[in-house]
Amino acid sequence: MIQFVLLISRQGKVRLTKWYSPYTQKERTKVLRELSGVILARGPKLCNFVDWRGYKVVYKRYASLYFCMCIDQEDNELEVLEMIHHYVEILDRYFGSVCELDLIFNFHKAYYILDEILIAGELQESSKKTVARLIAAQDSLVETAKEQASSISNIIAQATK
Amino acid sequence: MALSGMRGLSVFISDIRNCQNKEQERLRVDKELGNVRTRFKNEKGLSPYEKKKYVWKMLYIYMLGYDVDFGHMEAVSLISAPKYPEKQVGYIVTSCLLNENHDFLRLAINTVRNDIIGRNETFQCLALTMVGNIGGREFAESLAPDVQKLLISSSYRPLVRKKAALCLLRLYRKNPDVVNVDGWADRMAQLLDERDLGVLTSSMSLLVALVSNHHDSYWSCLPKCVKILERLARNQDIPQEYTYYGIPSPWLQVKTMRALQYFPTVEDPNTRRSLFEVLQRILMGTDVVKNVNKNNASHAVLFEALALVMHLDAEKEMMSQCVALLGKFIAVREPNIRYLGLENMTRMLMVTDVQDIIKRHQAQIITSLKDPDISIRRRALDLLYGMCDVSNAKDIVEELLQYLSTADFAMREELSLKAAILAEKFAPDLSWYVDVILQLIDKAGDFVSDDIWFRVVQFVTNNEDLQPYAAAKAREYLDKPAIHETMVKVSAYIIGEFGHLLARRPGCSPKELFSVIHEKLPAVSTYTVPILLSTYAKIFMHTQPPDAELQNQIWAIFNKYESCIDVEIQQRAAEYLALSRRGAALVDILAEMPKFPERQSALIKKAEDTEVDTAEQSAIKLRAQQQTSNALVVTDQRPANGTPPVNQLGLVKIPSMSSNADHNSTDQVLSQENGTLSTVDPQPASADLLGDLLGPLAIEGPPGTAVQSQQSVIPGVGGDSNAVDAAAIVPVGEEQNSVQPIGNIAERFLALCLKDSGVLYEDPNIQIGIKAEWRVHQGCLVLFLGNKNTSPLVSVQAIILPPSHFKMELSLVPDTIPPRAQVQCPLEVVNLRPSRDVAVLDFSYKFGNNMVNVKLRLPAVLNKFLQPIPVSAEEFFPQWRSLSGPPLKLQEVVRGVKPMPLAEMANLLNSLRLMVCPALDPNPNNLVASTMFYSESTRAMLCLVRIETDPADRTQLRMTVSSGDPTLTLELKEFIKEQLCSIPTAPRAPGPVPPAPPVAQPTSPAAALTDPGAMLAGLL
Repeated sequence: MIQFVLLISRQGKVRLTKWYSPYTQKERTKVLRELSGVILARGPKLCNFVDWRGYKVVYKRYASLYFCMCIDQEDNELEVLEMIHHYVEILDRYFGSVCELDLIFNFHKAYYILDEILIAGELQESSKKTVARLIAAQDSLVETAKEQASSISNIIAQATK
Repeated sequence: MALSGMRGLSVFISDIRNCQNKEQERLRVDKELGNVRTRFKNEKGLSPYEKKKYVWKMLYIYMLGYDVDFGHMEAVSLISAPKYPEKQVGYIVTSCLLNENHDFLRLAINTVRNDIIGRNETFQCLALTMVGNIGGREFAESLAPDVQKLLISSSYRPLVRKKAALCLLRLYRKNPDVVNVDGWADRMAQLLDERDLGVLTSSMSLLVALVSNHHDSYWSCLPKCVKILERLARNQDIPQEYTYYGIPSPWLQVKTMRALQYFPTVEDPNTRRSLFEVLQRILMGTDVVKNVNKNNASHAVLFEALALVMHLDAEKEMMSQCVALLGKFIAVREPNIRYLGLENMTRMLMVTDVQDIIKRHQAQIITSLKDPDISIRRRALDLLYGMCDVSNAKDIVEELLQYLSTADFAMREELSLKAAILAEKFAPDLSWYVDVILQLIDKAGDFVSDDIWFRVVQFVTNNEDLQPYAAAKAREYLDKPAIHETMVKVSAYIIGEFGHLLARRPGCSPKELFSVIHEKLPAVSTYTVPILLSTYAKIFMHTQPPDAELQNQIWAIFNKYESCIDVEIQQRAAEYLALSRRGAALVDILAEMPKFPERQSALIKKAEDTEVDTAEQSAIKLRAQQQTSNALVVTDQRPANGTPPVNQLGLVKIPSMSSNADHNSTDQVLSQENGTLSTVDPQPASADLLGDLLGPLAIEGPPGTAVQSQQSVIPGVGGDSNAVDAAAIVPVGEEQNSVQPIGNIAERFLALCLKDSGVLYEDPNIQIGIKAEWRVHQGCLVLFLGNKNTSPLVSVQAIILPPSHFKMELSLVPDTIPPRAQVQCPLEVVNLRPSRDVAVLDFSYKFGNNMVNVKLRLPAVLNKFLQPIPVSAEEFFPQWRSLSGPPLKLQEVVRGVKPMPLAEMANLLNSLRLMVCPALDPNPNNLVASTMFYSESTRAMLCLVRIETDPADRTQLRMTVSSGDPTLTLELKEFIKEQLCSIPTAPRAPGPVPPAPPVAQPTSPAAALTDPGAMLAGLL
């Protein structure tokens, strides 16, 4: 099971955190500090796995961003490594060649998309097409609501409330 | 598309990015937090869009690493928004900010359930996702049946069902009882026929969790798993979108093979044959290709297939095929594959008889011990540790020792522990063992626990042949310039006991031995000094004929330490001094130590215990338990009650951590050193002995029952009624005053009236903290009951005595608070009408024989239901005039006010959430304040306050209060008066107050006397 997912920039800035096990605020901060220290310090051409407090952290660097997933000792590391890549591919397809800036200004999208891929720390959907379709459907729901809210009748209703 | 038009958020993020340094960033964040906080307080004017925007900002700030301790309620409340965009934000932010133990989540259970059982598919998805990610036990209990329904019904679309599967998995992890094994097995089998691969993948994860606990109930799933594997790996019968770099869903393949590893064996010959066919195909058909993702994905499948083959204990031929593959992997350049090769070789050691084949790769593995990547070095160390036996122990341990000098700090601890264990387990001869441990202490003394050197002493004492050798070695190390303190201990001990055996060698005369050891004394801790004193006494005793100079030197030392502040040192010095003056008696008393009884190594035992402790049920470990492995050479006999064999993988326990056991054994060594003084040592102080003593007990009665029966003695507190009953029985007053509170209860209460978190009560046993969040007329007060002791607090009871104007509900308070634990008990408060009566918490617990009972006022006071609101002159004056006189507008001249400057009074009003509006009153000596009061009966009601002070006499003032409700006006006026007059002064006699006598003393205005809470509050 994936315990948590982190996105950390090369400068150590946190871009996304998702915790599937109950960590308190204090523990979360501690984990982030410890792990960014361990992972950012690792050179290139090393393996993508790090032992950490009885768990393993699978990470991969994409340009300036490190994608990390913490898993149990006996989990299949390569499988998780490719889950990371699966997530990155979907982000890439959604944003059209994604970069760190996209994820900074649209951090909420990164969360939505992750939620379509993982639940309970397990893989939910392995088809990129399906995920893209579901996210598009969500986007259009939000759009429709926005249009409704800005329609004239609504403005009038708001004003006279 | 940037943030779908949330400009404010984009601007904020840009601002943060433009900050030059951390300080600027903090300022910008603080500003934003302040902004968000005020906007939330003034919730009425907040549109859903704005709320959404602020909640996103909060999440962003939270991600930047700042503490966001407010607004959780707002995030949770968005969940119940009717429209999708707000709801979506509510769900996602809640699941990011809160964890399953957070109390606010409970408030959302009903809304979440409605979304799950409702007909809106998108809402269902949102709710399932959140519960799947952060749902806790309570969610499990109330939602599991609904989630199961969604999963099995074919009328819902795959997007809902796959989420339901994983949501159910989470709930099952939180409480396994929510899935009824018998009823669910058939449904699980049906789910495996699912054609939609999203649902199938999710269901497979669920199955893995289920079979890991109850494989025997899910037999019917086994052939279906094999079918799925055939479909994927052999027939490649799968929609295009589910292939990943040309591989049919590698994740589903891995999951399926993982599920199969939980079945002990595959009995049906046909199924077995098809399975092996597929596995063979995977093992043989996986090639290294250029594309890294394809490579990873295919190897993910390959490694899982390897694990399954190992588990199924396939024919020898297939096994050696696996080992050959792994041997290839540990030599490749690609670091991931090398890492996994080493890891899987280690796993393989545990389940099959392949030790000899793996030994062929020893040289390659030792090379990996010097890999630039610490992850790979660790795996190599694990593997070397696992494959070590009598035949290769010397090579491997020496390799480890050599590596120890250059190893990075992070690995030294583990490395030295493993070297020590291997040296002990597989030592070809004992002198080699002594060599290894001394080298270990020399190179990494910090990581060599006391257990290890105790063990050396034990071996040396018990083996006469070893004694001269060990003494000579110890003497050698003493010549080194700066040696570790552990080395001082062990060599001093050995020289003391056996130094005389070296008598004829150069540099080993008693005098020389003494001086080389004595050199170390100034640098050692008080813990080591007693050992040195014993050594001196022994050297003194062995000096024949006596040497006057040495004798004086040693006596001088004993003399000096006779007045040492450390009692152990002092006693030894005094005793040795007295003994050493008795001549012949000394020789008898300080004779050589008797031999130690044979016992299991504390070190190895500890390593084994660590294994037993780990509850995780990995497939491989289960397997290891089902089958005794002959790959393991364990020289010690194992405990009889079926403890699984040592698992080399998980050996992470650090010896120095369990200081308890160390101390015990130290005591033992020390007491044995003095052992000749009292011939019998009745104290079974050693951890091992204790373990042995406790061992057989477990057979007579499982520990679980003992604990339970213990608990049942304590009167159970189920609900409130029960608690009241119990309270009636408790003889209050009996030994009550033995526990004194820490700090002033009254002051703590007053402080909490002005802030929302802090300590309400503290005594030597317990600390009660409070954290409150208020929202219009409701609030949630969380009581944090923290046990400060190392033993549990029992018979814990908390009863709320609410005044009549509150509706209060306290969640269940556990009867027992475990040692050093903190329990949280949320208390929901609804304010029905204006009143300044105070709720009382009647709290009691038992510690030892003492029943402690305290009654504490709860800081749910009138001002918590106020929201400061600024008012302009245009709004103020018409309102002020429209309320012309009593009962809506009341005026009073208050005397006996605590004198304070006007600014201080303004601050006080502001902290009471009465917002002072400057410049509304032309007279600079007057204050005007406004606030909004919330209760269920009055709803939101504007209150205006005017205070006219007399600069000549600060102890009196005239106060006018007005609002649209007569009770509110009266209560608010009295409340402000109390605050102005009774700023904490006289510390009342602390200590528990006896229960209210039946005759209530006439107290302040005749609030409801029938109201127990009000009565008590008046008394306090």
